[in-house]
Amino acid sequence: MAIAERPPPSAERRSLWRVLLWPSRNTRPRRTARVPWVPIAIISVIIIMAIFAPVLAPHSPIDQTLRDKLLPPVWMEGGSTRYLLGTDAFGRDILSRLIYGARVSLLVALLALTAGGGIGLTVGIVSGYLGGAVDAVLMRLVDAAFTFPAILFALLLAVTMGQGLGTLVIAISLLLWAPFARVIRGEVLALRQRDFVALAKVRGCSAARIMLTHILPNVLNTFMVLVTLNIGVVIIAEATLSFLGAGVPPPTPTWGLMISEGRGRIADAWWVALIPGIAITLLVLSVNLFGDWLRDRLDPRLRQL
Amino acid sequence: MSAAPLLRVEGLKKHFPFGKGILFARILGHIKAVDDVSFEIEAGKTLGLVGESGCGKTTTSRMILNLEEPTEGRILLDDEPIHDLQGAALRAYRAKVQAVFQDPWSSLNPRMKVGRIIAESLIVNGWGDAAKVAARVRELLLQVGLRPEQAEQYPHEFSGGQRQRVALAAALASRPRLIVLDEPVSALDVSIRAQMMNLLKDIQAQDNVAYLLVAHDLATVRHMADHTVVMYLGKVVEKAPTAALFADVRHPYTKALFSAVLVASPVGQQEEIELRGEVPSPLNPPSGCRFHTRCPYVMPRCSQQEPALREVSPGHTVACHLFDATSP
Repeated sequence: MAIAERPPPSAERRSLWRVLLWPSRNTRPRRTARVPWVPIAIISVIIIMAIFAPVLAPHSPIDQTLRDKLLPPVWMEGGSTRYLLGTDAFGRDILSRLIYGARVSLLVALLALTAGGGIGLTVGIVSGYLGGAVDAVLMRLVDAAFTFPAILFALLLAVTMGQGLGTLVIAISLLLWAPFARVIRGEVLALRQRDFVALAKVRGCSAARIMLTHILPNVLNTFMVLVTLNIGVVIIAEATLSFLGAGVPPPTPTWGLMISEGRGRIADAWWVALIPGIAITLLVLSVNLFGDWLRDRLDPRLRQL
Repeated sequence: MSAAPLLRVEGLKKHFPFGKGILFARILGHIKAVDDVSFEIEAGKTLGLVGESGCGKTTTSRMILNLEEPTEGRILLDDEPIHDLQGAALRAYRAKVQAVFQDPWSSLNPRMKVGRIIAESLIVNGWGDAAKVAARVRELLLQVGLRPEQAEQYPHEFSGGQRQRVALAAALASRPRLIVLDEPVSALDVSIRAQMMNLLKDIQAQDNVAYLLVAHDLATVRHMADHTVVMYLGKVVEKAPTAALFADVRHPYTKALFSAVLVASPVGQQEEIELRGEVPSPLNPPSGCRFHTRCPYVMPRCSQQEPALREVSPGHTVACHLFDATSP
């Protein structure tokens, strides 16, 4: 009896990595952008820097050598091969501080995206699926979060709770959850209309079960895209807050803090502020390009994000 | 019908409020999607529910599935009203009444393996351990004509017809007594419709399951249904055993529906009725008989008085003033 039916598509399952790395020949047109190898390479280098910082850094990021203060990078006159990217006002090696600084940036990004993204995901699913009064209340909270000046709030937190990684992560999570919640809710509203959700109810699934086993797996693609697109936002937020003095306290190196410290001497020792600035630009640009590509690859409908 | 039907629908109404404004919403009126519908389904039999889009077929079936609350009226399964059920009793009802929907591309969770989709109601109802569930899934896949090893595949690996078989297997898992089939074949290629209908009939013969077949396609209903109910704008206009209905159509609307179908044989053609105009809005349905605005036999009485369902031959009831003369 199966003769009359169309032949089933290839039984071979396409793993996530296959989908990502090899453009498919039959399901999507070839207009999908090429794999962004340069951004992937830059991101990989920064991740490796962060993980192996103690091995890679030529000097301590904290120890001061005042004798060697404000040395220019190696390619400039007066530069030394001892300090490839020069030193800052306290004679600390900029390359080493850059390598250690990547740790803070990536750690904050990881924690803030887990916390903020997780809250946004939960709120979006609950709000979108339950609807009614729950939805109205949660969405007004989201609206309120959007109007809230996040930087001001972070400064307030830094004053009341003290500077530190925890404060930074809480502040950035509070900035992040609302856009996550709104996008996920929209996705859930569309999913809720699909027959399989009504059928899950007919089969006897509880609301919690439907949200966990039927809705959640179907919004994970969108969630992953949102996460990559927001890594850049988090890194900038971390740098901004550190620059303003509401981030991780000195002398722990972070990229934002390095810019802040070099700001006063931008005229005579531009490398102190500019080198971490270039690092932030490169990372955020790479992450955004990677995120754009991932979005197109997984779900072209999200192009307006 | 016999004394103890499986499912009884009594005076069922569903009015959706229609409002304006967000903060201080005012209700401007009600859309009468289903308005006083009654019918019965016997165990192991098929009832066809026919009508054009927007006549309330799907809303009726959603109320039977307990996905919508009726505004008025009752639905009884084995003489038990279904809309007050809570907790364990509701789960027991869910196990007894299942559904297959029209669109096989939307009715299977794309992120779940087919075996898991079929096992869903078994898992939810604590049916047994993993081995027992797997054995039942295997049995169900064979019953709907798929291979047991296909339990490990995802829905996107199946064709439309195969997906509909999976949906049927999932509905059968908890051994339901009634399955609501909402346009079960209309999304399928014509070449596989017959297969699917025959499969449904075979399963009915094996498991003694009753079907509520919601359809707009008369051929499907004729092939499958024992009884047929014709709806127009939320009302039942004609109700009869399928054979009797197809032999002797009474209501002008049903005649029009039949005329709209291409008949293979020109012999024995009934009179043709071509309907003009659109279906009136259920927000403000016509007075009297709801069909009078489009009826070729319209009489002055039709716009004033609503016709009641009356029996024109045993088991065959019609709501039309044309048949008033026979029974005052």
